[in-house]
Amino acid sequence: MISDGVVEDEEKWLSAGIAGLQQNAFYMHRALDSNNLKDALKYSAQMLSELRTSRLSPHKYYELYMRAFDELRKLEIFFKEEATRGCSIVELYELVQHAGNILPRLYLLCTAGSVYIKSKEAPAKDVLKDLVEMCRGIQHPLRGLFLRSYLSQVSRDKLPDIGSEYEGDADTVIDAVEFVLQNFTEMNKLWVRMQHQGPAREKDKRGKERGELRDLVGKNLHVLSQIEGVDLEMYKEIVLPRVLEQTVNCKDELAQYYLMDCIIQVFPDEYHLQTLETLLNACPQLQASVDVKTVLSRLMERLSNYAASGPEVLHEFFQVEAFAKLNSAISKVIEAQENMPIAGVVTLYASLLTFTLQVHPDRLDYVDQILGACVMKLSGREKLDDSKATKQIVALLSAPLEKYKDIDTALKLSNYPRIMECLNDGSHKEMANVIVQNIMKNKTCISTAEKVDALFELIKGLIRDLDGDSHDELDEDFIEEQNSVARLIQMLHSDDPDEMLKVIQTVRKHILTGGRKRLPYTVPPLIFSSLQLVRRLERQDESVSGDEAPTTPKKIFQLVTQTIEALASIPVPELALGLYLQCAEAANDCDLEPVAYEFFTQAYILYEEEITDSKTQVTSIHLIIGTLQRMHIFGVENRDALTHKATGYSAKLLKKPDQCRAVYACSHLFWLDDHDSIRDGERVLLCLKRALRIANAVQQMTNATRGSSGSALLFIEILNKYLYFYEKGVSQITVESIHDLSKLIKNEMHGGSSPSDPAADAFLASTLRYIQFQKDKGGAVGDKYMLITN
Amino acid sequence: MVLVLALGDLHIPHRAPDLPAKFKSMLVPGKIQHVICTGNLCIKEVHEYLKTVCPDLHITRGEYDEDSRYPDTKTLTIGQFKLGVCHGHQVIPWGDLDSLAMLQRQLDVDILVTGHTHQFTAYKHEAGVVINPGSATGAFSSVTYDVNPSFVLMDIDGLRVVVYVYELIDGEVKVDKIDFKKTTTPTNLPH
Repeated sequence: MISDGVVEDEEKWLSAGIAGLQQNAFYMHRALDSNNLKDALKYSAQMLSELRTSRLSPHKYYELYMRAFDELRKLEIFFKEEATRGCSIVELYELVQHAGNILPRLYLLCTAGSVYIKSKEAPAKDVLKDLVEMCRGIQHPLRGLFLRSYLSQVSRDKLPDIGSEYEGDADTVIDAVEFVLQNFTEMNKLWVRMQHQGPAREKDKRGKERGELRDLVGKNLHVLSQIEGVDLEMYKEIVLPRVLEQTVNCKDELAQYYLMDCIIQVFPDEYHLQTLETLLNACPQLQASVDVKTVLSRLMERLSNYAASGPEVLHEFFQVEAFAKLNSAISKVIEAQENMPIAGVVTLYASLLTFTLQVHPDRLDYVDQILGACVMKLSGREKLDDSKATKQIVALLSAPLEKYKDIDTALKLSNYPRIMECLNDGSHKEMANVIVQNIMKNKTCISTAEKVDALFELIKGLIRDLDGDSHDELDEDFIEEQNSVARLIQMLHSDDPDEMLKVIQTVRKHILTGGRKRLPYTVPPLIFSSLQLVRRLERQDESVSGDEAPTTPKKIFQLVTQTIEALASIPVPELALGLYLQCAEAANDCDLEPVAYEFFTQAYILYEEEITDSKTQVTSIHLIIGTLQRMHIFGVENRDALTHKATGYSAKLLKKPDQCRAVYACSHLFWLDDHDSIRDGERVLLCLKRALRIANAVQQMTNATRGSSGSALLFIEILNKYLYFYEKGVSQITVESIHDLSKLIKNEMHGGSSPSDPAADAFLASTLRYIQFQKDKGGAVGDKYMLITN
Repeated sequence: MVLVLALGDLHIPHRAPDLPAKFKSMLVPGKIQHVICTGNLCIKEVHEYLKTVCPDLHITRGEYDEDSRYPDTKTLTIGQFKLGVCHGHQVIPWGDLDSLAMLQRQLDVDILVTGHTHQFTAYKHEAGVVINPGSATGAFSSVTYDVNPSFVLMDIDGLRVVVYVYELIDGEVKVDKIDFKKTTTPTNLPH
């Protein structure tokens, strides 16, 4: 740990170093200006002595180095000018070696060497070789690294590359490569040595400092990649093997990780593809602590992007059997690193999967293979509780969904469900949700019973309680989950009715395992799906389907009945009642009278036995009356039985106003416009009169309990019903009865003790307006209404 | 110019997975001033979605709605018009114009919006309009075969309302419009 004291000291030393450097630089400039070579060399050597310090951290040393670097540029220019002035460059090269201390000597040598090469008085390769070997004189890691970095910088543009001016018969690109490789090797050795310097407790600090210096080493690889003459051949035969050799042999974790990554990032992807085996073989040889999976992941990522650049490129991938090599490399690495955490294993496979989906999207067998390898690694363990690993597995499983956008394809992967088995219950549900969301997003329609079966097996975490899992709270998440299952059920559709029935049966099989918590959410969509199918069948050519056909409305109704029955145990009577009535209407449309009657019976039983809440009763009555009103297939006896019950229920509702309204609604049961046989004016009138009696009773009650009469609203409603039937031509509704009722209303509203009810006033007003409006219409309607005098 | 969206009977998730994508892309937040929903959403998520389209949301209760606190009927005034909303399963016979007209008189409104039949209708009668925006998702209905997804947008301007109906037929959105003009409100007849 760097204490404040040390940092302060470092600042002091750095300032001192800079001051010394600047002072000597000043004198050096003076010498340069007066062409005094001797003095120039003297002061530059002194200046460079500041770099001999051991007291600075890499970061601060760099600052000092940069200033020295700038000054040396000026010196170099001076050397060049001296050369043109007739001073022999060879002599100069000799001269600089008289500097007293080795570090300044070598910096000056490199500077002179640069000019020497430029002068072309000697082959570039000779000078370069000399320099790179001379630098061996500095074995101190930090100083050595910077010195060699300097060498690299000044020699950069003087390498005998193909097409460069320094290329000759004697100098070839091989020499350039050799030079750089040697410099690289030495720099790496120095860099690794840094790790072992100093006390053990400062290991972390050293690691950090080494991190700051890594680009100095990596630069050499950069230079190699930029050399024109390094083609695939040379890379394969010389560059890569040497670099890998150094990487593996240095046995240093930090260096290995950085260098492997550097190689991957710096050299072209085509090269990697062609040297894949060599590169991959190095991986198991690395130190166990190196994060190989990240290295491999980055490699696969680069290759994936490369593959996306064009089809000709893809061909290369097939040629070199990239997949097989990567797959085998990964298994070797996993084998070699026995203690790799499971999250790491899955990450590796996930990267390979991404690669495969990009490069070989049509090879489902490869994808399955990868999943299979994962399964093997995961099996035999307890269900995973490691959150990092489960996150990776979810990512692994989501990748094919994202790519193929079609659950069909995922269902074809035999290992997919096996991996899901390895997840713990919570993650299993999470993954199941991902799958469902994917289907909803892509609006995939799943069309065979087989696929539905496979799908529901896959998402079974949502469909039923997995072993040992039973929370009884219906929290928001659970409800949302079940609602998405309900929406999923809407996505299951086949155009073939027989297949559709099989789909429905398959879904039913699965959702019935869901238990009381889930059925209220999953049963309704299934019922409506079934009713849709019934409607589809019913419209088809009637002659095609007989009772022997596999799919008939009757069979579907049987299925539906059994399914709604499952709701009985929960209980959700209101829901079940609604569903029975929907089915009754559907049966009505299919002319299946007994089936429709049975549905009504079940609905009525539910009403009588289970529906006790008065608000629910009112809604249920509305549904019963509304549905019954639309039934046309019932014979007289059946119809009578049902209407009798319905009116009975209406009259027994708890609150009298509700009774009144339900009873007058029942009047519609006895008059159907489009059904000549159902026009019973007597019964209509009976209902309306009964409603009036109840309205009267309400008034009396209000009088008794509150001392004033209540609103005339109910009477006005009943009046409107009278007008309705009067208009329809129900003979039992006479003009007199309308007049009587109007009088009654007026009395009620103007009676001394009644408080004014604005709602009733408005309703009466609009009713009277309506009457006037009808009168003004003229014609038959007008005539009828003209009879009404108010 | 006030835009009022009227829709209902979505029946999500019992009968439909979601609103049609084409409708969703048309219902841009911020463009509509009021939303009227006849009911049968059925779940909270749909309520939340509608709120994002416009915060001024009026919903009445359908028989399958999860939230039982929605009222049976609702009235509101927008500009010169009084609007009434009711799901419609309470008005028997279902879809019968005269019975709906009675409800309109009872609520004393100019425009009555109801649903339940999943079929778009817009009737002018007496001094008012009865509108049924149909089912926004094209959900199955025992009353109507062949339900096309539809909703209604009303443009209320002074004494005039233009009713635009949007229907999704064979994957294409078709628009139709109907004009209504309100006669000035007559004074209440004396008792």
